[in-house]
Amino acid sequence: MDDAVAEHSSPLRILIADDSDSDRLILKTLLKRLGHEVLDVSNGLDAVSVFQQEAPDLVLLDALMPVMDGMEAARQIKFLAGERLVPLIFLTSLSEAGALARCLEAGGDDFLGKPYNRIIIEAKIKAFNRMRLMHQTLSDQRDLIRERNRQLTEEQEIAKRVFDNVAHSGCLDAANIRYHASPQSIFNGDVLFASPRPAGGMLIFMGDFTGHGLPAAIGAMPVAEIFYGMASKGFNGQDVLREINQKLKRILPTGMFCCGAMIEADFKLNQVRVWNGGLPDGWLIRPSGTFLAIQSRHLPLGILSPDQFNADFERVATGPGDRVLMMTDGFLESADSAGNVFGEQGVTETLERLDVDDHPFDAMMSAVHRFTGNFEDGDDLTLCSLEMMDEAGLASLPDRAAPSALAGPAEWRCTYEIREQTLGQFSPLPLLLHICMEVPGLRRKSGEIYTLLAELYNNALEHGVLELPSEWKRSPEGFGRYYAERNRRLANVEGHYIRFTLHHSLKPDGGRLRVVCEDSGRGFDFQNHPSMASAIPPAESGHYAGRGLLLLKRLAETIRFHEQGNHVEIIYDWQFARTAENRDD
Amino acid sequence: MPIQTRRDDDGKTLVIRIEGRFDFSTHQAFRDAYEHGDPAVRDYVVDLSDTTYLDSSALGMLLLLRDYAGGDSARIVIENCNNDVRRILSISNFEQLFNIR
Repeated sequence: MDDAVAEHSSPLRILIADDSDSDRLILKTLLKRLGHEVLDVSNGLDAVSVFQQEAPDLVLLDALMPVMDGMEAARQIKFLAGERLVPLIFLTSLSEAGALARCLEAGGDDFLGKPYNRIIIEAKIKAFNRMRLMHQTLSDQRDLIRERNRQLTEEQEIAKRVFDNVAHSGCLDAANIRYHASPQSIFNGDVLFASPRPAGGMLIFMGDFTGHGLPAAIGAMPVAEIFYGMASKGFNGQDVLREINQKLKRILPTGMFCCGAMIEADFKLNQVRVWNGGLPDGWLIRPSGTFLAIQSRHLPLGILSPDQFNADFERVATGPGDRVLMMTDGFLESADSAGNVFGEQGVTETLERLDVDDHPFDAMMSAVHRFTGNFEDGDDLTLCSLEMMDEAGLASLPDRAAPSALAGPAEWRCTYEIREQTLGQFSPLPLLLHICMEVPGLRRKSGEIYTLLAELYNNALEHGVLELPSEWKRSPEGFGRYYAERNRRLANVEGHYIRFTLHHSLKPDGGRLRVVCEDSGRGFDFQNHPSMASAIPPAESGHYAGRGLLLLKRLAETIRFHEQGNHVEIIYDWQFARTAENRDD
Repeated sequence: MPIQTRRDDDGKTLVIRIEGRFDFSTHQAFRDAYEHGDPAVRDYVVDLSDTTYLDSSALGMLLLLRDYAGGDSARIVIENCNNDVRRILSISNFEQLFNIR
């Protein structure tokens, strides 16, 4: 209602251009009496220059004037006014239709016939002022929206850059990973993370938050932090998932959640462990062309409370060259111009047509390209493939900046023992690794240290405490049996323990870590174990088992068994950076 | 109206029927359908016989209903889903939270 008030209260500044002195005087007197401020000139040229200087709200122009006529003045005034609406009314005694039409074509908004009628003049000025104010309001609002939108776009650009740094770090650029994550997909809540594991292998997480825009993107931050933080400390996929679920359950409002899949690739054991909660089927594609689905068997993340959450992975045996392909909903929903979607059918048809030389990632991308035609529009999808390969071909954790080796704890010793049912529920490895990583000189060796600790721990647990025969792992069937039995026996570990004693001390050229691992099992005949012989044991010939001890022998300075084989001691030396180069190869 | 409700079983069961697309545009209407605060309602039936499409925000709305109806103790049946809708519910493994028939 501001407009109505303005219409009555605020006087307008009105420009009159008329070469007839008497007509001009009559109009001027009339308008002044209505309370308006009046500027008057007697030809078109003056009208244009006064308009430029005084910026009147409304212009009354005689059509026929000397020097410059009303038509030309109207054109110039409208041009000068630009986006501003300045109502322009022709004063005319003309009545021929063609002449009147020309006035409007030149930019006029209306006519006032001579002689003047006071009531009509007042009404027209009011009407045009209403229009002028409405135009002003709309322009102001449009400018405001435009400005807000610009700010928002700018903020999103910055947020996107931050998000990119968070979401696309890790090892997504590794040689065995291919991915496509469209820029739009970021603000639709798609995330893709990959991290090497300290003990070798990789962890990949693909997620798709419900909803769109900022609310969907915001949940990605804590997930990224948890994923990268835990993965680099050696936690397994299951632990990471549990933590992500618990966090999302706590921070996301009901009704918002994250569909996701976690892939834990072990290149040493040649297996992947997968968990899919709400993402479309993933696929394992063998070099032979056969493929099998990795189905969603779980609720998405952020829905169930920690005690209800099921983080059971499925284990799939793989071989070098096998590829895992994961995608978000957006991929299946890629649509052609008629609105048909690519769908699961598009995926399976592409897989069925796959040639031996085709990379499934490329095949899938070009299939969806062909299908949609105008791929760039509405491109909102994430697709990722991971190839199983020999461990040797992979980059390990990025080298951290060489810290001063003398800072941090150098002389220390600790004992950590886990007992009873905790053996089945908790892995002490991240904690032990963490303690060792406090020593700067050991930090750049985190992969080796983790492997040492993991091998010692797994030997103690699986062979020592659980008494599982490693021969079982020599066949794929036995492999399954081994893990089934492992889970069964873990439920029954009363009276058992595994004890780690870590001891670190400085030496003139570096430091020495001594790790003693004892367990409550019956031990084994270490003197006659094949890996204790100096010749290369049969374990090198592709068996699944027996590699653990070999690995320990290769990494450690010395390895010694005590008592009946349930007490292992290894010594691991590191050197200061200058000489350490020799050991890095 | 894309969403209709009726009471069955002496008013103890609230049947919510969704026509057409079940997505974010039905958010308010779906909430209004059950947030009437009538203590007599014990059971909920979400009837999807005329639902052509369901997206992830609809899944979110179902979770909101579940929370409203008592969380783990909620008694909610989702019925008459077409194949597409059923597929979306099962990819997300919603049968673990709802009685789907």
